[in-house]
Amino acid sequence: MKRPTIDPGKSAAWTDDRLAVASPVRRLMNKVFPDHWSFLLGEIALYSFVVLLLSGVFLTLFFDPSMQEVVYQGPYTPLYGIPMSRAFESSLEISFEVRGGLIMRQIHHWAALLFMASILVHMFRVFFTGAFRRPRELNWLIGMTLLILGILEGFAGYSLPDDALSGTGLRIMHAIVLSIPVIGTWTAFALFGGEFPGTDIVPRLYIVHVLLVPGLLLALIGAHMGLLVKQKHTQFPGPGRTEDNVVGHRMVPGFAAKAGGFFMIVFAMIAFLGGVFQINPIWLFGPYEAAVVSAGSQPDWYVGFLDGSTRLMPPWEITAFGHTVPALFWPTVVLPGILFTVAMLYPWLEQRYTGDRAHHNLLQRPRDVPDRTALGAMAVGFYVVLFISGGNDIIAEKFDISLNAMTWIGRVGLLVVPPLAYYVAHRLCLGLQQNDRETLVHGVETGIIRRLPNGAFVEVHQPLGPVDDHGHGELGYAGWAVPKKMNRLGALGSSVKGFFVPIEQPTEAPVSPAPSRELTGARGDD
Amino acid sequence: MTSVHDHSSPAGEPTVDVDDPALSQFDLVREGARRDGVEIVHYAPRFPVPGTREERRAERRIATLFVLAGLGSLAFLVIYSVWPFEYQLGAGRDKWFTPLLGVTLALAFFGVGAGIIVWSKRLMPEEIAVQDRHDGASDPAERKLTAATLLSAYEETGLRRRPLLKGALAIGVAPMGLALGAPFIGSLITDPKDDLFHTGFGKGTHLVRHDGTKIRPADLKPGGIETVFPGIPGGATNAHADSPTLLIHLRENEAEKAIANSRKGYEDAHVGNFFAYSKICTHAGCPASLYEQQTNRLLCPCHQSQFDVLDGCRPVFGPATRSLPQLHIALDEEGYFVSQHDYKLAIGPAFWERP
Repeated sequence: MKRPTIDPGKSAAWTDDRLAVASPVRRLMNKVFPDHWSFLLGEIALYSFVVLLLSGVFLTLFFDPSMQEVVYQGPYTPLYGIPMSRAFESSLEISFEVRGGLIMRQIHHWAALLFMASILVHMFRVFFTGAFRRPRELNWLIGMTLLILGILEGFAGYSLPDDALSGTGLRIMHAIVLSIPVIGTWTAFALFGGEFPGTDIVPRLYIVHVLLVPGLLLALIGAHMGLLVKQKHTQFPGPGRTEDNVVGHRMVPGFAAKAGGFFMIVFAMIAFLGGVFQINPIWLFGPYEAAVVSAGSQPDWYVGFLDGSTRLMPPWEITAFGHTVPALFWPTVVLPGILFTVAMLYPWLEQRYTGDRAHHNLLQRPRDVPDRTALGAMAVGFYVVLFISGGNDIIAEKFDISLNAMTWIGRVGLLVVPPLAYYVAHRLCLGLQQNDRETLVHGVETGIIRRLPNGAFVEVHQPLGPVDDHGHGELGYAGWAVPKKMNRLGALGSSVKGFFVPIEQPTEAPVSPAPSRELTGARGDD
Repeated sequence: MTSVHDHSSPAGEPTVDVDDPALSQFDLVREGARRDGVEIVHYAPRFPVPGTREERRAERRIATLFVLAGLGSLAFLVIYSVWPFEYQLGAGRDKWFTPLLGVTLALAFFGVGAGIIVWSKRLMPEEIAVQDRHDGASDPAERKLTAATLLSAYEETGLRRRPLLKGALAIGVAPMGLALGAPFIGSLITDPKDDLFHTGFGKGTHLVRHDGTKIRPADLKPGGIETVFPGIPGGATNAHADSPTLLIHLRENEAEKAIANSRKGYEDAHVGNFFAYSKICTHAGCPASLYEQQTNRLLCPCHQSQFDVLDGCRPVFGPATRSLPQLHIALDEEGYFVSQHDYKLAIGPAFWERP
């Protein structure tokens, strides 16, 4: 009999004959992933990174990191005849003369912003749910390193076009390096190959941006995911979920399909941003000149908090024995140093504080660990004040507030907001816990008001489980999500589906607590 | 991972014979999953009765998404190939090139992505699977064996009882690391000498505009300000990024105040009502270029340091700690501005060696 030319079974057999991969492949396909929206945040970072690699490769084909001085003679007439570096000229060529170059540049920039944003939010998720606890401390460290490398990579990237904005950023970076005691001057001269700006820094940053840091990022992302696969994903506590299992979908087909689809949607989002929303229009800034700067010069958002700390820093300079420790040193070197060190060590700090060194695969809801949640809120508060202060001139201008007042608001806010955030978050956690406990004891509000013979009105509550003699629920507090509404219990039928045409007729409004789903045979909601 | 556990069956459950012809494909899937420590506890088709209206509707919805994606890709390709994209001054069709590419590309990817997700959520069977974790430390026996192997490897070298070799290794290998690292550090080292203390200005250097033209007092009205550069080759380029200077023509009454506030050694730095200050902010090196005429303050737009021009450009607000250095200026015999000598102080951001 004639066999079909392409036989998947045959090629699978060919591979397995040589590699014996039947069981590992099946084990991978059967790997179970838990389902929760917050687990997608890290995926966004991963997918943005893929977009960054692809668009980055495109850009390297046309970008020339040379500081050779040229006179612009391209199609963008406002800059015609202006002397500029070859790096800036080739960035203009990408924007105006390469077919599809501008959208690639903008996609690359937007993807970088999204990459950093999703890393940060993913980090919040991991922090607030306690996913960094043993056995995942190592992955927390790798993640923090990725965050720092991401900032470095972004800075190197936006310094490359040698436009007025990136030159100003480099100028500030130069001053930051200069501010380091003892070694600052020599380090700055080593990095820049002489006095600022020189002609070495852009080609050097280029190789850092396209080879060194991406290589590290790629390796660490690989390690990050390798550990994830080895240690399996955490999950929120709930029925049937224990420290010793994972409840969810197998990787193939369910999880892979959803993740693949999500990848496409992230890609679509970045393409839309890159096409429609202009970003970093270097031709409006012009080439970098040491004497030129425009108002509202801001770094990309992920460096904004450091710009904020720099603006808020009072002019405290230490001068002694003929040497100077500039004021710039504290907010730009010491502060991020402390912030990142504390963040990296946090898993061990918490272990020491709580004495909890146990293995954890079940996540905690933020409300169940008020101390950690409040600490996190405090850190977020601190960060937000710095971030807002990074754009305080824009806020001052748009809202007609005095610039100096904005600086003082930031300085005071930096001291007042974090403790306030701590207190509010702590109270919120306790309040939410209390609310859960109340629902466990008294049941879910049905919205049905009953009038008693004595004239009083009471609301009927639906208990969540068996009740004692007083009608109080006997379910204990387990840190699970507690349903608070009747339709979460399957009562009232499922919601009406269909945008133009209802797929099913709404069920009759039930009287009193609805009969259980088993009795009505109502379809489950999904 | 491939411990005996994976292939043993839970208590009471017979081992499945995979060659049994009575087994369905799903039975095999279940058995494979079981061997991987995964139990499929719930598995149900989304549409138990095939061909219902709702199922067909879901199918149509997915198909529509894929068709949209195809249309998006096609539109992208057409626009990419034929739309005029080269920059032209003023509003033109080229301005629509990038936005159109973005929208069509987004449509293409969104269609595929949404199609796949709706497919998996609406048509593929719903399932809940539970996988056992086997995490924590390795089996104690395994640990012991590995530890013994590691220790034995170390002991085979005999380092423990051969201190001479231990020392020799340290003496031999550590320099090798240094030798490897030295070129990376050594090639970068550049002696700063006193570069940071010097700018392009010297004795009798003309103050020139960006285009290289010299300036006379009559060129600048009272209340006016001009960025000037040293009149040397490349003086206005980034090769002399430390040299941009602000030449300020103060109004009469304000100039009196500024002269009265002159620091020691700077009494003769000005020419009449003309003052020259370094434009490079002493905080982080941005150009402190926003001049507020009303208050006679210079504002650096990077971190909002403010300098009082009437008081020796002293920092009055923000993070800057030092005054903008003043340049001693004079007029040459033809009446053009020149510098008397270089700045007396290092300009720009502070550093360790600066007193």
